[in-house]
Amino acid sequence: MTAIPTNPRIVVLNTRAANVHSVEKALRKVGADPVVTSDPGELETADAAVLPGVGASDAVMRALNTLGMSEPVKNFAAYGKPLLCVCVGLQVLFDSSEEGQLPGLGLFDGDVQLIPYGMTDELGAAMKVPHMGWNEVTFAGDDADRNPMFKGIPQGSHFYFVHSYRCVPDNEAEIAATTQYGVEICAAVARGNVIGTQFHPEKSGDVGLQIYKNFLDLAVESVS
Amino acid sequence: MLTRRVIPCLDVDAGRVVKGVSFIDIRDAGDPAELAAFYNDEGADELIFLDITASSDARNTMVDVVEKVSSEVFIPLTVGGGIRSVDDMRKMLEAGADKVSVNSAAVANPKLIEDCSKEFGAQCVVLAMDVKRVENSAQSQIEGYGNVPAEAMWQVYTHGGRRATALDAIKWARQATELGAGELLVTSMDADGQKTGYDNELLSVISDTVTVPVIASGGAGELEHFYDALTEGKSNAVLAASLFHFGELRVSEVKSYLSERGIPMREV
Repeated sequence: MTAIPTNPRIVVLNTRAANVHSVEKALRKVGADPVVTSDPGELETADAAVLPGVGASDAVMRALNTLGMSEPVKNFAAYGKPLLCVCVGLQVLFDSSEEGQLPGLGLFDGDVQLIPYGMTDELGAAMKVPHMGWNEVTFAGDDADRNPMFKGIPQGSHFYFVHSYRCVPDNEAEIAATTQYGVEICAAVARGNVIGTQFHPEKSGDVGLQIYKNFLDLAVESVS
Repeated sequence: MLTRRVIPCLDVDAGRVVKGVSFIDIRDAGDPAELAAFYNDEGADELIFLDITASSDARNTMVDVVEKVSSEVFIPLTVGGGIRSVDDMRKMLEAGADKVSVNSAAVANPKLIEDCSKEFGAQCVVLAMDVKRVENSAQSQIEGYGNVPAEAMWQVYTHGGRRATALDAIKWARQATELGAGELLVTSMDADGQKTGYDNELLSVISDTVTVPVIASGGAGELEHFYDALTEGKSNAVLAASLFHFGELRVSEVKSYLSERGIPMREV
């Protein structure tokens, strides 16, 4: 990998309830040198951060609370430096989730709802929950004013999803991408420096790696 | 629209892929990382690595394999074979697996599914089941297990298909998902290796029984078989092993065929 002139300090938050290592490997693949840590103090010197998540939202929230990460993550979001939240990492940004009892971080207004069961798709097949596999993603806006995290990615590219719940932002302007699974599913949210994806860019082949590359570029910018 | 998945399955023995790809110019046909990269380029939607290592000393080599493959290839990776505990599963997930499959150990101790699902989430837990049509339930009686229920059409086998159990495959599929399995990998032992098509009756009954995705395994020999498993068999994904490894069909070929027949496929 080529060396980056301004080496940004990217922190991957390890809630011990996430595929942190896959995220770390994807970042390394695009040339970053991330720090994986459970110490929220590391955020103070970070140029960019990733909050990964798999599994249940309560497990992630409990880990964030136990590790003392909840407030530092909220503060980091307020600094204006790039913060990427993935899958359940995205879902915990909302106020609440049907999946669990614990309140979320409340960085986005809205809630997280179970994907409806019992729908059938265009082939007449039952639509399974979890929504698992590669689905087509439509990014909001024209290519020209596309969010920098999603630049260079063809409209309609396939990304890998694994989830049973979907986030429903109150503010539609914060929906940065969507996909269809019987109902419209919010595939990404964005507000300024805070980006969340429902899909797993670290498992979405080349288009997914492009997102990490874009994230690294934003991290470099946030250093200078 | 959610695409259907085409998944090559690779058997790994002591860190080396057995029956590795033999038809292309690849430096080392036994290197899991090289093969993973090859299938990734071919458009595989996911990879399954099955550890068939017999000796327990060599077990840790699988962790290294997963570590290496997941550093090079960024598509979902399922790992199975010899997973007996929550700790076994944790090791594989930490090494970079996205899902881990359990088989014999889950039959012996169904709580393993529940424990793993609670710890890591249902999306990580794949129940693999080896299934055979019941020909004569009286003969299927297994010491310590009792009889297969008279109404059962298929029964579950363990230990790589060597040991019969009294489990009705359909009931086991339902029980496993209730315990927290997030996906089922269903191998028909009758169809496996025959190249006459998947057991679509079995697949569709299981798919109608559970709410989680089903991966069809065993029996693929022609392009049409993949289509049938995804339509008649109602499967969400199709798996093949030697068919791909020996180059009889290419993953890319299967995907363009399915796409032409109206099955949603991921373009690479």
